[in-house]
Amino acid sequence: MCGMYFLRRLVLLLPLLLIISLFSFVLVRVAPGGPFDRERKPASPEIELQVQAKYHLDEPAWKQYVRFLADLVRGDLGVSLQYRNHTVNDIIAQALPVSASLGLLAFGFAMGVGLPLGYFSAVRRGHWGDYAGSLLAVLMICIPGFVVAPSLIILVGIKWRLFPVALWVSPLHAVLPVVALGLYFSGRIARLMREGMLNVMPSEFITAARAKGLNENVLLLKHALPLAILPVVSYSGPLLADLLTGSFVIETIFQIPGLGAFFVNGSLNRDYTLVVGLVILYAFLLIVLNLAVDLLYVLLDPRVRYD
Amino acid sequence: MTNSSPASEPRPGSDPATNRPHLELNQRAWHRFRRNRPAVLSLYAVACLVVLVLAWPLVLKIVSGSGPGGARLAQGLQPDRLSEAQFQPPGLKHWFGTDVHGRDLLSRVLYGAQVSLLVGLVGAAVSLVIGVFWGAVAGYVGGRTDSFMMRAVDVLYSLPSIIFVIVLLTTLEGVLKRWLGALGTYNPGGATRLVLLVIGLGAVSWLTMARIVRGQVLSLRQRPFVEASRALGAGPVRILARHIIPNTLGVVIVYLTLTVPAIILYESFLSYLGLGIQPPMASWGSLIAEGADQINPIRIYWWLLAFPAAFLVTTLLALNFIGDGLRDAWDVRAGNGRD
Repeated sequence: MCGMYFLRRLVLLLPLLLIISLFSFVLVRVAPGGPFDRERKPASPEIELQVQAKYHLDEPAWKQYVRFLADLVRGDLGVSLQYRNHTVNDIIAQALPVSASLGLLAFGFAMGVGLPLGYFSAVRRGHWGDYAGSLLAVLMICIPGFVVAPSLIILVGIKWRLFPVALWVSPLHAVLPVVALGLYFSGRIARLMREGMLNVMPSEFITAARAKGLNENVLLLKHALPLAILPVVSYSGPLLADLLTGSFVIETIFQIPGLGAFFVNGSLNRDYTLVVGLVILYAFLLIVLNLAVDLLYVLLDPRVRYD
Repeated sequence: MTNSSPASEPRPGSDPATNRPHLELNQRAWHRFRRNRPAVLSLYAVACLVVLVLAWPLVLKIVSGSGPGGARLAQGLQPDRLSEAQFQPPGLKHWFGTDVHGRDLLSRVLYGAQVSLLVGLVGAAVSLVIGVFWGAVAGYVGGRTDSFMMRAVDVLYSLPSIIFVIVLLTTLEGVLKRWLGALGTYNPGGATRLVLLVIGLGAVSWLTMARIVRGQVLSLRQRPFVEASRALGAGPVRILARHIIPNTLGVVIVYLTLTVPAIILYESFLSYLGLGIQPPMASWGSLIAEGADQINPIRIYWWLLAFPAAFLVTTLLALNFIGDGLRDAWDVRAGNGRD
């Protein structure tokens, strides 16, 4: 039963990606201006026409889309219109590993800080430990990355000279960007974790286990935690999709050659192929990760049934 | 309200003509909210900030009218006034110091607060209108329309919002400039930016609101009072406007309070990128960006970063506490979109 459900979801992936690609394809073309607006002017009309023809921008839009789909089936996202020596596949192949490793580290940091923080706040509910933990969690979600990153650079990097403040060459270089990127999400995860624990702890099966005389730590960690962590699990799908594809702010501030800047620059420069390629990458990651989250649900919560 | 009276009894506070059942619920929730100390404190803090922000231009005006010394003082405090006193650390003359152009940072932070707060509030209102409309129509009409509208929400969810915002901002910019130019608006550039930001941010922030409202409408439209209204011959528009949407208001307001800080944060992010408010106007985000630009290993101008960031973080913190307090008081939870 379950297998069928996930198979159907997997099959639905294709039309969904198709719609998203069509949507982004139309979206970037509706915006005024074109990819060659910043070229040397005045270019003669002949040259402009030639450039347009080279990238098939002179064809009707539907024909361009069909051409794009035909390329996509072969796994080819086309040539970037702004960085014309690179295909979109090249750009992704170069920048995605950097962004993904930064993102994964930040994900690990966020989980490592957020889960224990939320767990202990919930267990110490109503005590000062809970107040302090909850306040810390709210504080984390209220300090944006573009405040954390420069503050870390000034204090830890320039004043105390503990860690390097830019570039992406050694594990030491990863410390500040990972903290700056992950801090916000630690707060989100801590709040979800706390709320999850508070929802599970009044359950009857917890009371029953406690009445049976089960050790409190075993009870909480073994019986409450797998259910309480479910909100965090469902949040981690979109979170990972976000983190893996890079953050513009953090990567710009720390001068890390990741994917984040391409999202912003691509859409600012009307780099049609790059934008559509990135949207498809992001949407693909998001849909697959959400599917993985739903699979994890079945493993963690025996009550969940899909049919 | 320590004793709970039965709902049928007429209460002095309720309006006997409409006799809405949620009135008493709202009163009880409000009571719960007032016992939440961080939330109440935050409410006062935000009120103080708003008063300060609104009063500051008046203060400058009054000071400048109080003789030649006052005029000079007020001149130095004007947020757009360039001067020789660059990078002054915080002191008696400039409480928050001065920036790269010698402008008084306190004034700039308070004028920037106008933009940040305005964009946050109006942007949240835009997202409210779109979200409530979308969710209410989808939930009430149901069937194909519902699944089409909600799939559209899913598609928008899986689009990176930064791309959507940038394209939206640039597309709308030309259109708006022409309109506002035709209307003869004063300072079309700045006004366009503000309107653009409000529309753009509202247009990417309504998705969760639509899901929540739809869920509420789905359960409300089965209720007897809606059926009664339908039996009396009320049309769908009237039922939605008079009976269903007013009953979703509690939940909607709670999420609205949580949307405001989210939009303030997004605006400051866009301004930080240089896509938001344009100089010489400022918002907290653009001030933080200016501060971050001045980071170098030789001299540290910490105040350029610290003061705008402190205002931004405190405001976000307070708004989040208020939102959380309202949510707990009304006891509403967001579904995770699975049902």
